[in-house]
Amino acid sequence: MNSSSGSAAGPSSGSGDGSAPRRNSKRPKYSKFTQQELPACKPILTPKWVISVFTLVGVIFVPIGIAALMASNNVVEIVDRYDTECIPANMTGDKVAYIQNDDIIKTCTRNLTVPKDMDQPIYVYYQLDNFYQNHRRYVKSRNDAQLKDADQANKTSGCDPEKTTKDGSPIVPCGLIAWSLFNDTYNFTLGNKNLSVNKNGISWKSDRDHKFGKDVFPKNFQNGILRGGASLDSNKPLNEQEDLIVWMRTAALPTFRKLYGKIHQDLKANDIIMVTLENNYNTYSFNGKKKLVLSTSSWLGGKNDFLGIAYLTIGGLCFFLATAFTVVYLVKPRKLGDPSYLSWNRNPSGH
Amino acid sequence: MAANRPSSNPSAPPDDDPDVLPKAASRSRSSSSWHRAERIPSSSSNSAVSFERSTSKPVASFPSKRSDSEKLGSQREISDDDARFVYVNDPGRTNQPIKFADNSIRTTKYSVLTFLPRNLFEQFHRVAYVYFLILAGLNQVPQLGVFTPAASILPLAFVLGVTAVKDGYEDWRRHRSDRDENNRTAQVLAPGGEFRPKRWKDILVGEVVKVTADETLPCDMVLLATSDPTGVAYVQTINLDGESNLKTRYAKQETQSTPPESTAGLIRCEKPNRNIYGFLASADVPGEKRVSLGPSNIILRGCELKNTSWVVGVAVYTGQDTKVMLNSSGAPSKRSRLEAHMNREVILLAVALVALCSIVTVLAGVWLANHHHELNDLLYYRKEDYSGPKTDTYNYYGVGWETVFSFLKSVIIFQVMIPIALYISMELVRLGQAFFMIQDKNMFDEGSKTRFQCRALNINEDLGQIKYVFSDKTGTLTENKMEFRCASVGGVDYSAASDGEEDGHSITVDGETWRPKMSVKTDPELMNALMGGEGIEKANRARDFFLALATCNTIVPILVDTPEPSLKLIDYQGESPDEQALVYAAAAYGFVLMQRTSGHILIDVVGERQRFDVLGLHEFDSDRKRMSVIIGCPDRTVKLFVKGADNSMFGVVQKNLDLDIIHATKTNLHSYSSLGLRTLVVGMRELSEHEFKKWQSAYENATTALIGRGKLLKAIASNAERDLHILGASGIEDKLQQGVPEAIESMRQAGIKVWVLTGDKQETAISIGYSCKLLTSEMTQIVINSNSRESCKRRLQDAASMSSRLAGAGSAKSPLALIIDGTSLVYILETELEEELFKVATTCDVVLCCRVAPLQKAGIVALIKNRTDDMTLAIGDGANDVSMIQMADVGIGISGQEGRQAVMASDFAMGQFRFLVPLLLVHGHWNYQRMAYMILYNFYRNAVFVFVLFWYVLYTAYSLTSAISEWSSVLYSVIYTALPTIIVGILDKDLSRKTLLKYPQLYRAGQRDERYNLKLFIFTMMDCIWQSIAIFYIPYLAYRHSDVDVSGLGDLWILAVVILVNIHLAMDVFRWNWLTHASVWGCIAATVICVIIIDSIWMLPGYWAIFNMMGTGLFWLCLLGIIVAGMVPRFATKALTEYFLPSDVQIARELEKFQNLNASTILEIPMSTFSDPQ
Repeated sequence: MNSSSGSAAGPSSGSGDGSAPRRNSKRPKYSKFTQQELPACKPILTPKWVISVFTLVGVIFVPIGIAALMASNNVVEIVDRYDTECIPANMTGDKVAYIQNDDIIKTCTRNLTVPKDMDQPIYVYYQLDNFYQNHRRYVKSRNDAQLKDADQANKTSGCDPEKTTKDGSPIVPCGLIAWSLFNDTYNFTLGNKNLSVNKNGISWKSDRDHKFGKDVFPKNFQNGILRGGASLDSNKPLNEQEDLIVWMRTAALPTFRKLYGKIHQDLKANDIIMVTLENNYNTYSFNGKKKLVLSTSSWLGGKNDFLGIAYLTIGGLCFFLATAFTVVYLVKPRKLGDPSYLSWNRNPSGH
Repeated sequence: MAANRPSSNPSAPPDDDPDVLPKAASRSRSSSSWHRAERIPSSSSNSAVSFERSTSKPVASFPSKRSDSEKLGSQREISDDDARFVYVNDPGRTNQPIKFADNSIRTTKYSVLTFLPRNLFEQFHRVAYVYFLILAGLNQVPQLGVFTPAASILPLAFVLGVTAVKDGYEDWRRHRSDRDENNRTAQVLAPGGEFRPKRWKDILVGEVVKVTADETLPCDMVLLATSDPTGVAYVQTINLDGESNLKTRYAKQETQSTPPESTAGLIRCEKPNRNIYGFLASADVPGEKRVSLGPSNIILRGCELKNTSWVVGVAVYTGQDTKVMLNSSGAPSKRSRLEAHMNREVILLAVALVALCSIVTVLAGVWLANHHHELNDLLYYRKEDYSGPKTDTYNYYGVGWETVFSFLKSVIIFQVMIPIALYISMELVRLGQAFFMIQDKNMFDEGSKTRFQCRALNINEDLGQIKYVFSDKTGTLTENKMEFRCASVGGVDYSAASDGEEDGHSITVDGETWRPKMSVKTDPELMNALMGGEGIEKANRARDFFLALATCNTIVPILVDTPEPSLKLIDYQGESPDEQALVYAAAAYGFVLMQRTSGHILIDVVGERQRFDVLGLHEFDSDRKRMSVIIGCPDRTVKLFVKGADNSMFGVVQKNLDLDIIHATKTNLHSYSSLGLRTLVVGMRELSEHEFKKWQSAYENATTALIGRGKLLKAIASNAERDLHILGASGIEDKLQQGVPEAIESMRQAGIKVWVLTGDKQETAISIGYSCKLLTSEMTQIVINSNSRESCKRRLQDAASMSSRLAGAGSAKSPLALIIDGTSLVYILETELEEELFKVATTCDVVLCCRVAPLQKAGIVALIKNRTDDMTLAIGDGANDVSMIQMADVGIGISGQEGRQAVMASDFAMGQFRFLVPLLLVHGHWNYQRMAYMILYNFYRNAVFVFVLFWYVLYTAYSLTSAISEWSSVLYSVIYTALPTIIVGILDKDLSRKTLLKYPQLYRAGQRDERYNLKLFIFTMMDCIWQSIAIFYIPYLAYRHSDVDVSGLGDLWILAVVILVNIHLAMDVFRWNWLTHASVWGCIAATVICVIIIDSIWMLPGYWAIFNMMGTGLFWLCLLGIIVAGMVPRFATKALTEYFLPSDVQIARELEKFQNLNASTILEIPMSTFSDPQ
């Protein structure tokens, strides 16, 4: 029997199992796999398991929660909102005009009291509220090839609307992100001693080494009609412009902090730090807030009680569930695998 | 052209009608052979000598009313417009005005050039893909460019690519087999007058082709001449219809004598059509009158020539026009119920999608409206572009447009709400499930060496929700292997068949012993009567009875060699198993059919060889329900032997004679059919010289008539078959298949209603019903067999009141059985009584329909299908079941004795009825469970992801930023989470085979839609919202006021989503084998690797973010917190419901786990048959 004419006659079913009569006559080979009898484990949620799982989760979560809360409590944090304070009283009616006027000297002084002892390193952050660094328009406005390679300076695709200068020469670094670089500066004095802020190593090493080129220098930056934020030292290669590198790691959420520097000095409680800052950055046009943050850190990062509370809640809930299940099992037990519970055994007439 | 396939022929008579006798054709030139010198073929090469038979299948003689051949055949000649003109041996002229298709075949769908467009075109029939394509297209618009072009196309391209590769591979295989086929060679008459080899694909219509024994025919040809002087040729049509017996075809005498090279003439034949049992043409042969050609003059491509050393024919249909090609249709396409339900949920998801997008759009609009004066002052927005010579706005088209854009963008971002990977996953899962069904050795039929076949790949899961099974009887419940059981001769019942001669009756021919292949037990009393032990009258009657059995048929004896050189077995070949049984029975009683040619029959009558001339034959038809043969006996008498169904035979017996015998025979018949035997009545009449002459002239007139030939022949037959003497009746047993009663019992327990639809008599049907445990003695039977509409109505009303009375009786309710016959159904189906019947039938536990025609079978299936949501399954083996198989939600063909028409029309095919139990209860249950879970899970999985994206959008000034890198979004549903659900969809088993067979009631889970319903969907979606909240807000709150960057947080979210959905899946897996472990944990690992790879590309903004994140404790605590917080509600609910509201499946799982703890370490013993447990 020629199978070819058979398959010609047969339909082309998807299984590849055509209708040629001879082709199906092979006896299936026996194997555990083909008979779907692979050795397998069949977990069943018995009361013992359920209670143990809940208890175990509780046992793990509650201590972690406590540890996290403690860590968060040990973090000392000073937050100072200065954007509203650093405006001369006569300009409060038109903050935008104030900030956009380059002739006004924007220096401002703030005194911060240390509430508790702060151990070094003390991280200096600036915090922006209501600044959508994650806006779709914004996050896309950059060109990574240009940042890394000096030969690719002309590559400004994606950088709209901050691509080139008016005469068409490319801006390095191009794009809205770089253009809007934060440009407030802070100087700290404790008593009459200057508190030095270390601005080295505030960015990721991976960014300095691989993302920003060491032979790429700023060009045509902040020369446009509309000035965004900070200017860059055109003699410093990009991989040393750490403020830019930090800034270009766009923040995930509209309220965010960025590392400004580190203070390698312990502070005592009730120390008063005097901050001399330059209030340059325009957040007034969109009701953004600017805050200066000094914070120590723990193994969990900054001050945040949420995770501790969440873990305690989950742990507590699991303990509660474990007890509840235990009680319920004791009150209303059911024998597992009892055929008399099968629906057709409960009402024998069928359904 | 004939639109309907012959298989769906509605007028085909029921195969299991015992009275369906072979449709012996009698376009025979009986008179001429009567006068012609008899030739006894050389018995060395082939002793299979037969007379002409035109066709083989029940449908054959009576093609569909709608088919062209019938219409044309009985009414008129083919008009020139509808005809194809074939000039014999003149292909040039034949192909003159229009060139006919050449003989190359193409079963492939695609060529290299057309593959891409055609395949894509076919794939885009799926609306979901069009949706994804539109979105990918939208994404290319600069204003809407959410993803990079590559990323936006990737998921769709991946899905299309996988399918395309699958299709391409299948097509390539077909391509290869086509090429082999097209390049085979055949002998074609060359201009020089000799036959030269020519490749098949080059054969043209009109060419003369010579085919020798055992060769395959290259095209459809009209026979011109054969090696046999009478023009007979035998073909085997196994490739065409699966029947392995030989069919007879013959060349017209007018062409038979002409040497092939000088044949000429014109053949007018109908245009190519699909009817393989019909052919209509006429031939103008030079020097002869016009001859008409029928289905018996054509041999079809794909058949093999047997027992004939050569044939010469003229090609009339070639290549794609051949009947075999026109009949090769794809597997039927049905959509599963689960998929239909799924589409409802897809629409819900689409609504949810639109809702999400609208929320985002409104919020974005409000935000823009509030800020539109200061947009240029927003450092992160800055709408003006100063790069150019003049100040321009960049990508800002006003609040209105921006709002519209943000709607479109949000659709693009949230598009995966409609799970794109679901469709391809379902296809792959079904492929896997089909593999396991095919491989299941419990569904391998040892007898016929056939394994299970999945022909439709879309409805695996429907097997788990069947509520009604409509079964054919003969060949489905029974084996369709007939055994002669008892005979009533002259009103005397001989049913005490003893062991008799074990090795059967044998005869000696030329020193060789010939023995029938099957032995039949003989009744000593009947033997005695035959030998004259009870008087000469009885002996004569018995002789005539067996003579009738041996002659009145279309059986061809074929000699089979045995290892012993002196012993040969006679194999009786024929289409009707009933006839075979009768001929074997006659042989056992000493009437051994030895030879059959077109003109005579050679019978060894108890050692004495006798020759009977076949003078005429009236083929079977479903109106007369009988066949007859006119035999010229050695003693110069002419006898008419008739056999047929009792009700048709008693109408034509001589009423005033042998009243006692008639009465006694009727009584015997009744008792036979009560035993479940198939009965036939045999009668005869002696024809006087005058009567015979009259018949002969009428017959000759009819056969040469060009118009209404069939009708005339029928009339002549009816005229001849009258005033018969009753010789007797036979009872043939059709054995139940193995395991049928157990299978039916299992299905009944599983809540499946089994309805039997048969062409048998009521008594036979009822007795079969008892023997297969369908009917039990405590059942109340409602019988409806009425002859008028009024009485049908009355009976139905009675039945309805009775059933309601019984139902009202409450606990002591006895089960009801409805038995209804075809005549009553004529008055009920498609009238207003249908509704009544439906009401009665659904209250009954068992329904038996007897004497039903094929179309009625489909009508009964439709009765249920159209009125309920319940799933129906039809199972059958014959051509008459095709309509029912196609009508039902799931059609199953038994690949048994009756050809392959049922199989060709079916969705699944298998060897035995009892395989329904593992198929439905085990595979069906698994497939339904798996598929239901997979669909829900896919919805959930994609929705979680979309919700996470959605929450984030609320914190990006509604600008539709996604923290999760676009590549991760794209890979999410195709790589990160796709494999485990496919593996689980193919391999997971909630219960073992053993448990499912032990408790068939577990099947009801599928009937109740327990695993997939709107409630479950809503619960899943609520759970999904909670999980997305946990995934999003835990990191959000933990990282609030921190210096975390977009990519870092995005990495945390994508890892959290992937781990959570995989753990969710892991929690629901019933059985963990190594493949499940590998896929679930492997996928999580693959995700981590992918995220790391993506974050190692310096070009992307997220460079190195994952490493910085993983270096902090906060990251790990968030991850752990998300997983636990996300899973707690689901875990607690699951634990609670499994313990306090356990489903049957759950209890059975516990049973499985805890009862076997001390019993045996092997949980699943491979079982030989399903009937072991119980």
